[in-house]
Amino acid sequence: MGDDIKMAGQPLSRVDGKLKVTGAAKYAAEYIIPNLAYGVLASGAIARGRIKSIDTAAAEKAPGVIAIITHLNAPKPPGYFGGKESSDPRTEGGEYRVFYNDVILYSGQPVALAIADTFERARYAASLVKVQYVKEPPQTDMLSNMDKAVVPKESDPDYNRGDKNAFDNAAFTFEQEYQTQLQVHNPMEPHAAIAVWEGADAITVYNKTQSSPIAQEDIAKAWKLQKENVHIVSKFVGGAFGGASRVWPEEMAATIGAKKIGRPLKVVFNRDQLFNMVGYRPQSLQKIKLGADKDGKLIGIHHEAYGNTSTYEQFTANMTSLTQALYACDNVSTLYRLVPLDVSTPCWTRAPGEAPGSFALESALDELSYTLKIDPLELRKRNYAAQNPDTKQPWSTKFLNECYERGAAQFGWEKRNPQPRSTTNGNWLIGYGMATGIYGAWRAPSSARAVLNSDGTLVVQSATADVGVGTATIMSQIAADATGIPVEKIKFELGDSRLPPAIGQFGSLTTTSVGSAVNDACVALRQKAIEYLKKSQSSLQNTPVENFAFGDGKIKTKDDAVSISYADLLQQQHLPSIEVTVDSKGSEEADKYSSYSYNATFVEVGVHALTNQLKVNRVVSAIDAGKIMNKKTARSQVYGSVTWGIGMALTEESVIDDRYGRWMVKDLADYHVPVNADIPAIEVLFIDKSDDILTPIGAKGLGEIGIVGVAAAIANAVYHATGKRVRDLPITPDKLV
Amino acid sequence: MNLFQYVRPAEQKTAIAAVAAEPTARFLGGGTNLLDLMKRHIMQPEKLVDVTRLPLKGITQQGNIIRIGALTRNTEIAEDKTILQNLPLLAMAINAGASAQIRNMATTGGNLLQRTRCPYFYDTAMPCNKREPGTGCGALEGFNRMHAIFGFSDKCIAVNPSDMNVALRALDATVVVNGPKGERKIPIADFHRLPGDTPEKDTNLDKNELITAVTIPISPFSKNAYYLKVRDRNSYAFALVSVAAALNMDGNTIKEARLAMGGVAHKPWRLTDAETFLKSKTATEENFQQAAQIAFQGAKAFKHNQYKLKLGPNTIVQALSVASGLKSV
Ligand SMILES: Cc1cc2nc3c(=O)[nH]c(=O)nc-3n(C[C@H](O)[C@H](O)[C@H](O)COP(=O)(O)OP(=O)(O)OC[C@H]3O[C@@H](n4cnc5c(N)ncnc54)[C@H](O)[C@@H]3O)c2cc1C
Repeated sequence: MGDDIKMAGQPLSRVDGKLKVTGAAKYAAEYIIPNLAYGVLASGAIARGRIKSIDTAAAEKAPGVIAIITHLNAPKPPGYFGGKESSDPRTEGGEYRVFYNDVILYSGQPVALAIADTFERARYAASLVKVQYVKEPPQTDMLSNMDKAVVPKESDPDYNRGDKNAFDNAAFTFEQEYQTQLQVHNPMEPHAAIAVWEGADAITVYNKTQSSPIAQEDIAKAWKLQKENVHIVSKFVGGAFGGASRVWPEEMAATIGAKKIGRPLKVVFNRDQLFNMVGYRPQSLQKIKLGADKDGKLIGIHHEAYGNTSTYEQFTANMTSLTQALYACDNVSTLYRLVPLDVSTPCWTRAPGEAPGSFALESALDELSYTLKIDPLELRKRNYAAQNPDTKQPWSTKFLNECYERGAAQFGWEKRNPQPRSTTNGNWLIGYGMATGIYGAWRAPSSARAVLNSDGTLVVQSATADVGVGTATIMSQIAADATGIPVEKIKFELGDSRLPPAIGQFGSLTTTSVGSAVNDACVALRQKAIEYLKKSQSSLQNTPVENFAFGDGKIKTKDDAVSISYADLLQQQHLPSIEVTVDSKGSEEADKYSSYSYNATFVEVGVHALTNQLKVNRVVSAIDAGKIMNKKTARSQVYGSVTWGIGMALTEESVIDDRYGRWMVKDLADYHVPVNADIPAIEVLFIDKSDDILTPIGAKGLGEIGIVGVAAAIANAVYHATGKRVRDLPITPDKLV
Repeated sequence: MNLFQYVRPAEQKTAIAAVAAEPTARFLGGGTNLLDLMKRHIMQPEKLVDVTRLPLKGITQQGNIIRIGALTRNTEIAEDKTILQNLPLLAMAINAGASAQIRNMATTGGNLLQRTRCPYFYDTAMPCNKREPGTGCGALEGFNRMHAIFGFSDKCIAVNPSDMNVALRALDATVVVNGPKGERKIPIADFHRLPGDTPEKDTNLDKNELITAVTIPISPFSKNAYYLKVRDRNSYAFALVSVAAALNMDGNTIKEARLAMGGVAHKPWRLTDAETFLKSKTATEENFQQAAQIAFQGAKAFKHNQYKLKLGPNTIVQALSVASGLKSV
């Protein structure tokens, strides 16, 4: 860490903000490539069966058409063959293979790729492809297929500590079922890929990805190429939320199509294709049993969760993990199952297991609080876990109590009348609700390179991604603190598989992992500069290492008496630049601890007594995510997370017509992402205390913690307002009738 | 989108002739509905006749009648002084619809003719008698949460999605049209149709007829008017149900009532029996409740829209309460 901490924590505006608002930032679909052709995928109409025949004649004759590709004429990526096993170690099973054969696995799956000289012509040609099917009845309703539930091969599906049946003997027992909906990422930027083959053995792909190294690996495996020969470029990403964590049909269709026509090819999804041609948040059914004594001490917890997956792959996002770590309780058992359906494979979606899991657990706790007549916040405090109740490890840091205290004070929780339906404002029933959030804090191995130029500028590089959260900004701040070089002279480069490999942007891992790597690389660079200094004629030559300070682009003595700028040092040494690359990972010391980020969310809702219109009036989100690296971008993350939570609680849902296995809600008119009118003032309180065990920079993860518990807090507030408990999301006005 | 010709005539006659000349030709207003439908291959006109350059814009008052040119944008109506003063219900209804950007583009004629939002209509892989007569109604036994409870048939249970139309129905508007056979005036009650056996026909307008204006009589309902829309989010969502309520009050007594609903039928739904009941009644919650019960006699719900049978009457009571001044919003 720089001796003179200045930048970390500052509410610096995004270093790429101007590029974005002026349109200069280039997203995947915006690269101008000579001789580019345009591809649009035609989506299939049935959910299960086979393609009997495809008539492409009309499409082929349409103006500007270059080729129509189907499973009958598509070049098959060699990695598709013989592989029952997934080339993707992150999901179990065989990944969906575009244009591989005539089998239909889900409704809307790509059946043809129309390639033309403009996007519009390709889209029209795609509409002319006529497919005949052999239909089989699809199974897409999770609740009527529960008998097909399977034990997931990945992740620990079952967990037990203590006595499984302890709650049977508890003075108070409680048991309920909860459901969460199909939720769709719906980033503003559609999924897109441009594939440019450079001969038969090398390819460049411009795409939307949260990890260029993963996209590189996936494409290299599919085409059996040398990894170095696959170049992924993804400099800017217009929102992803987990949905761009693996390669999807747009990349594969672009590489297949480009191979076929011998020209660079761009494939961009239509909005309806963004609903299920890529992953989505699976629906869930969860069962919770709680046992407590009369003082609210939890005697036993059982949490059971079922999520849907596809028939060809297992996607897991364990919804019960948080239950193992959140509350002090000796007897906890959890179970997790998957229900394979004729749908596409779901994927990671902001706080994948935690968001739905916390809805069930934190709703149940609220219900229990009414049975026990104990304030919901007090109930949680009485079950505060002072160490990890599962591993018995100490926490690296945990400031959840501060979240409770500060959040409650800011919100005015003490004004809450415990009686449901007791508070009104005109015709509106007013309710207060709260919930706890927990999200694992990790640090994954990552590398970074720091290059100091003789003009005093610093370039820091790492193959991570910035899906819009402000990574480039924070990394520049960390580099500034570590080297003493002003932020304006620092450039952070990401989103390219040729940069030093690093974790992608998911799991709230980027700041902890890449931030630590950037810090370590910059500290190493600083040491290297000092080594040159020692060899120089400078008057600083004999200064003991511990007496150096770094600031204003200079190496100086701590008392500021003598200094030399990095630029002067390099010029004197006739060095055009110096650089270091560092592989960085967590310390062994950190393994002895358990690390999580926390939040306490407090919500006020208003529900119209007659029409059930619902409004979130206020949200206070108190967050413990370690040291906050940039208060401005961090606050924006929490605004986004809370908004996601509001969408999950109240408005967002896609619906499948199970007779056809077809998604019926697949545009932004009917899929209701919260609009400004749904989003109240959100007050974000950061505890902002360093976790120096997890990372040298003090940060824990922040990207996801803000959503965890929000849906439950809102549902709890709705109950408090109306006396009606809604256990299946979203809480739309019809459910309150 | 299919390939199509685009023309932008300056005169009504040319525009009408251009549409009449080709079986699939269509007038183009703001395009906020038609272009979406073309991108989804639901409508595939081979010619678009852009009418936005025709001199059919603006709001004028002639005696007791307000005339709105067919090309007046939704935003212009909602912000117009004459409208706000005399027909606030219309401004409220328009502002409850779509988004500011869409209202800036949407024309009066186009809004009158916007097509249903039934998801089966919107998906060419699904059956829909409105889109493709004879294929069946996907919604009847499918996902029918948004669908009709009045006036539907076994061929179609879709609803008219417009908010503006609900206010026009309550306000007894007249649609003025011009076509190859000349001008005619269609009362709003006869403009939109019930689905019956021909759900492909949304309205009684002939394909070659151009909407030129909407006229609305100034009525003594401006002081006690309210448009209430219940929806899945607080803006920018179609109505689960909506109610246009307008009362002509003498003190606490209702001299005359106007009530219409959206989100419940294939056309904007006028609640005449409830209006009759309210005549000469005092503005009380009990009377409003009774009116709502009367209005909902004959309502019939499907699997997913049962809630409308309760939410609908509640929304009527609330709209009447606010319109009459009995309660706040
Ligand atoms: C995302 C979204 C949300 C929306 N939400 C709402 C909502 O909540 N409430 C609501 O009421 N509406 C809503 N709308 C619909 C919107 O109000 C309509 O799209 C708009 O009013 C249509 O007007 P336009 O001028 O753009 O019509 P166009 O799209 O230009 O035309 C629509 C139809 O009218 C015909 N037409 C146009 N002008 C004339 C004319 N003068 N004579 C004869 N025929 C003509 C066209 O041929 C076409 O068939 C929404 C739309 C979108 C896209």
